[in-house]
Amino acid sequence: MTRHIGDVILEVEDLHTYFFTRLGVVKAVDGVSFSLRQGETLGIVGESGCGKTMTALSLLRLVPRPGARIVQGKILLQGENLLDKSENEMRQVRGRRISMILQDPQTSLNPVFTIGNQLIEALKIHHYSHARELVQRAIGALKQVRVAAPERRVDDYPHQMSGGMKQRVVGAIAMSCEPHVIIADEPTTSLDVTIQAQYLRLLREIQEETGLSIIFITHDFGIVAKMCDRVMVMYAGRAVETGSVRDIFNHPSHPYTQALLDSVPKLEERTARLYSIEGQPPLLWNLPAGCRFASRCPYTEARCETEYPPSFSVLEGHTADCWRLQGEWQTHQSSVSKT
Amino acid sequence: MAMAIPQRVPWYIAPLRLLRGIFQVRQFPGVAMAILVFLLVIPGIFAEWIAPHDPIKGSLALRLKPPMWEKGGSITYPLGTDKVGRDVLSRIIYGARVSLRVSIEGIIVSGFIGTALGLISGYFGGRVDALIMRLVDISLGLPIILVALVFVAALGPSFSTVIAVITILLWARYARQVRGEVLSIKERDFIARARVAGASHFRIMFRYLLPNVVNTLIVLATLQVGFVIIFESSLSFLGAGIPRPTPAWGLMVADGRELIVTAWWISMFPGIAIMLTVLSFNLVGDWLRDHLDPKLKNI
Repeated sequence: MTRHIGDVILEVEDLHTYFFTRLGVVKAVDGVSFSLRQGETLGIVGESGCGKTMTALSLLRLVPRPGARIVQGKILLQGENLLDKSENEMRQVRGRRISMILQDPQTSLNPVFTIGNQLIEALKIHHYSHARELVQRAIGALKQVRVAAPERRVDDYPHQMSGGMKQRVVGAIAMSCEPHVIIADEPTTSLDVTIQAQYLRLLREIQEETGLSIIFITHDFGIVAKMCDRVMVMYAGRAVETGSVRDIFNHPSHPYTQALLDSVPKLEERTARLYSIEGQPPLLWNLPAGCRFASRCPYTEARCETEYPPSFSVLEGHTADCWRLQGEWQTHQSSVSKT
Repeated sequence: MAMAIPQRVPWYIAPLRLLRGIFQVRQFPGVAMAILVFLLVIPGIFAEWIAPHDPIKGSLALRLKPPMWEKGGSITYPLGTDKVGRDVLSRIIYGARVSLRVSIEGIIVSGFIGTALGLISGYFGGRVDALIMRLVDISLGLPIILVALVFVAALGPSFSTVIAVITILLWARYARQVRGEVLSIKERDFIARARVAGASHFRIMFRYLLPNVVNTLIVLATLQVGFVIIFESSLSFLGAGIPRPTPAWGLMVADGRELIVTAWWISMFPGIAIMLTVLSFNLVGDWLRDHLDPKLKNI
């Protein structure tokens, strides 16, 4: 299994997506930066409501409206800033250059059309013409996701397929316009474990074939270990730790990452009771001045309550936002702006 | 060992089975379709060739003749004549044309406007939605007979006036129904997927949302056909509908009203025509709804 990892294709700098509500400003994404190389898989991990999905939707400029707005930041896709584009130009990006696989295959397909029809529809949005060619492309797309007898399956309706099959069709639709980047938002959460494994293997195979870059949103560290090259751990709207999968698993440096990894059950240890993180994440419209994890962190000091830590470099390409790292390692120069 | 005793089927089973066939929704509603074709479509289109007599000119000498099977009836006027001696059968045949046109045009115009506004309202939400829904509330709150009379006073009784009044009354029902459906459908992931795939708002409304509400629209439209035919009748009854002496079923029912005790056939036959048409439309609508649902197609 060799994959070629190429140049940086997508770069996100200091992204802020806020909701403006009656309760105040909800900082769903609050200064997230990351980059993605061609052929690479980046995992975004974190608990519910930490801003994973909002980050993904911000990349496509599809934040819920009215209410949410991308306030600040840069999203550079192959050097072009997506935040400068008009809505019409964005439509050319969606599906064609950045595509997305959603969580629930049961409702991701239109119940009144055959799947062939829906594959063709996806192509039509981006002006692929010629009816005969379209059908062939639809069949080809199904073949790519290993659907058996695609010539017959194109005439099936979604309700005639199983959940795993539907999710593969959704994948085929997402990949039919040959995008550079696919955002997979917990695509396997609603599938059972064996189908999950199959689906993940399939995604990897397609990635090897096409050199696709994947942003994989999940809360399952098992999937991260299997799928991803690099991981970004998010907490309360911020990326608290970023690094390669190996580094994150071997030297988790942020207490939140450590806590997350401790709460994964392990085969080789017998634990009577699984570790769980005490308390709740802070309210996103009433964030503390200092580190957002301070109230739940076992190592909290006075400084943690008042000042947000900058990013410290742990190893090459491995950063974490925690004051504990200051003494041990030198300050990472390109630090993120403080809130 | 019990022997199977061949049972005689009672005489009343056969007609009951036929009746069940008529009302069986999931099967092809052949009887209902046949009623529509023979009562509405063929007479509506070919009235000139089918009708045995002129529907407007009558002869006073032949007034109030009963149907052919009654005493004093004749085969020349199979369903009798009305109080000015016009053939009831011919008038029903010509009346089918009015009912057909009113229902088709009224439903298409109001359905088109209502569906478009309902889609926009449900999909965009917010202020557009609030505005359109207030219009719907106003429209549903209108005293419709009064509005009809105002229209007739302003524009004069004509076919277009009837269509206009029907549209004002009916579009709101489509708009409200479609909006309700859109509100639930647009939350499903395939709409989000369409947006992620770069589909425009227009495309999402007409290629993703509309096909999902078509079933409801068809059922609503077929139910409305009955309403439209009856409504047109009420308008005609008030003199605000199709101007006399054009034969319209509602008008015929209205005209026979004062003679209902002595010459029942004048209102009864057009009444039966209205009832059969409306019932058949409802049965066909039910069948269409089931047939159009892809989940039930191969069962």
